[in-house]
Amino acid sequence: MELFAVRNPGPMTTVQDLGRLAFLDRGVPLSGALDPFACRVANLLVGNPEEAAVLEITVMGPTLEVLAPADIALTGADMGMTINREPVRAWRTVRANPGEVIRIPRAAYGCRAYLAVTGGIDVPRMMGSRSTFVRAKIGGVQGRGLIKGDTLHRGAGSLLSRPRELPDEWIPQYAREIALRAVPGPQDDAFREGIDAFFGASYEVTQQADRMGCRLRGPAVRRDGELPESIVTEPTMPGNVQVPADGQPIILLVEQTSGGYAKIATVITADLPKVAQVVPGNSVRFERVTLEDAHHLYREQQKHVQQIREYLKRVNGL
Amino acid sequence: MAVLYEQARFRLSGDRALLVEYGDGIDPVINEKVRAMTALLKKDLPKGVEAVVPAYRSLSIIYDPLATTPARLAEILHALEADSRAAEIAKAKVIPIPVCYGGEFGPDIGVVMEHTGLREDEIVAVHAFVDYPIYMIGFTPGFCYLGGLDRRLQTPRRKTPRTNLPAGSVGIAESQTGMYPIDSPGGWQIIGRTPLRLFAPARENPFLYEAGDRIRFVPIAEAEFGRLYEKEWS
Repeated sequence: MELFAVRNPGPMTTVQDLGRLAFLDRGVPLSGALDPFACRVANLLVGNPEEAAVLEITVMGPTLEVLAPADIALTGADMGMTINREPVRAWRTVRANPGEVIRIPRAAYGCRAYLAVTGGIDVPRMMGSRSTFVRAKIGGVQGRGLIKGDTLHRGAGSLLSRPRELPDEWIPQYAREIALRAVPGPQDDAFREGIDAFFGASYEVTQQADRMGCRLRGPAVRRDGELPESIVTEPTMPGNVQVPADGQPIILLVEQTSGGYAKIATVITADLPKVAQVVPGNSVRFERVTLEDAHHLYREQQKHVQQIREYLKRVNGL
Repeated sequence: MAVLYEQARFRLSGDRALLVEYGDGIDPVINEKVRAMTALLKKDLPKGVEAVVPAYRSLSIIYDPLATTPARLAEILHALEADSRAAEIAKAKVIPIPVCYGGEFGPDIGVVMEHTGLREDEIVAVHAFVDYPIYMIGFTPGFCYLGGLDRRLQTPRRKTPRTNLPAGSVGIAESQTGMYPIDSPGGWQIIGRTPLRLFAPARENPFLYEAGDRIRFVPIAEAEFGRLYEKEWS
């Protein structure tokens, strides 16, 4: 069913879900929401499965004319959404009705917001996912970001009997100084001399930050003397902190499949949502954790999402 | 000389991927080992494994931390490695790729002639009908890192990369040869183009090959290019 007419797309608004694993071995990156936590919660709020397609909105949002009734929820960065100029809080649902206009101006904190709608954004599944991967023109709306004049559809799904919201204490706060927990490796052995300094240092997020990676600026990470600058090209993972020849680290993200520089450490999965929300000028520190810690925190985060799912069922019904 | 390790070495790539290394460099024997281990793993995917991504001398195993651990995966891999000596690994598939060399499809063939001192027909003769192993696929969907380019064809990259190469472009850069599956910028010397759709996202199988297969370039004339192009792209 026709849901939104796009009046203004915002600088970078794409359809995303939880990504595609099936073709990683053919050079097709994971893609998907950079902040999977915010994406999953947005879907749970409106009563969708967590992996339904949402809009990922970067820094500035779209203006959308509503064509059909739907419950909507905005999560992630707080962008000051309004419906017919009335402010609407993030991390809760609101009923959008035909003829209304949704405006999502600009992030005050954080970088990316997620807009979920009843039934999910309905675009064809391509290679196992609805996620947009712009460089290969696949997924989403014709493999690209939204443009003015697009019509977005929604899938089938029932409207909520009353609005739902996430308790305040569960809403993530996006700070200007963040600590990212990271596991050393895969090539920590190339930085025996530099790794302690790396974990003690503070880095600034640069303008060069997109879905492929987030480039940082700060004290150059020192590679052990005798080693070559590059390694044999190998598969990468979101969170890998790659150190190119100039020593300025890059956090690799969901649109990267392989790389030829050593990676000193890898941000834990539970902290990747924080990386999605940094903006240029923020400062980042890395905190060393063990693999056991990382797995513990991963389990805790999965449990937390489960807790949210049960809470929403219990408190608000469907 | 690259060395094949006696036993796999493991590296943690964060909390949900394990890198397994079988040797220390780019080498057909090491890559063959990667291919064999990938085939064995995929035949009976261990519990908790979500994806296996082979590369030049290593493979990456993406796992669900709720279902398995790197320690358990390492055990499974060591056992598989012991079995791999006895196991029958299917021979690598050869994928023929028709290529129209030179002319408008290979705008840099003159540069390669100048650099190598070979005539155009000699370049084609040396480049085609060789079975190039696909060492890995990455960078963009379907982009193959191929081994085995004849030394006589080695030519440096273009000083200024082109901003938009058409899908199917076949090129040379240093000791590498390969194809651009999607329109993309690129600095390789382009010597020809294939009319095949190397990446067709809506096709049941979007790709024509996987890592471990071999690519064989087969020269075709312009008329044949036109006919195949029509069939593939309309």
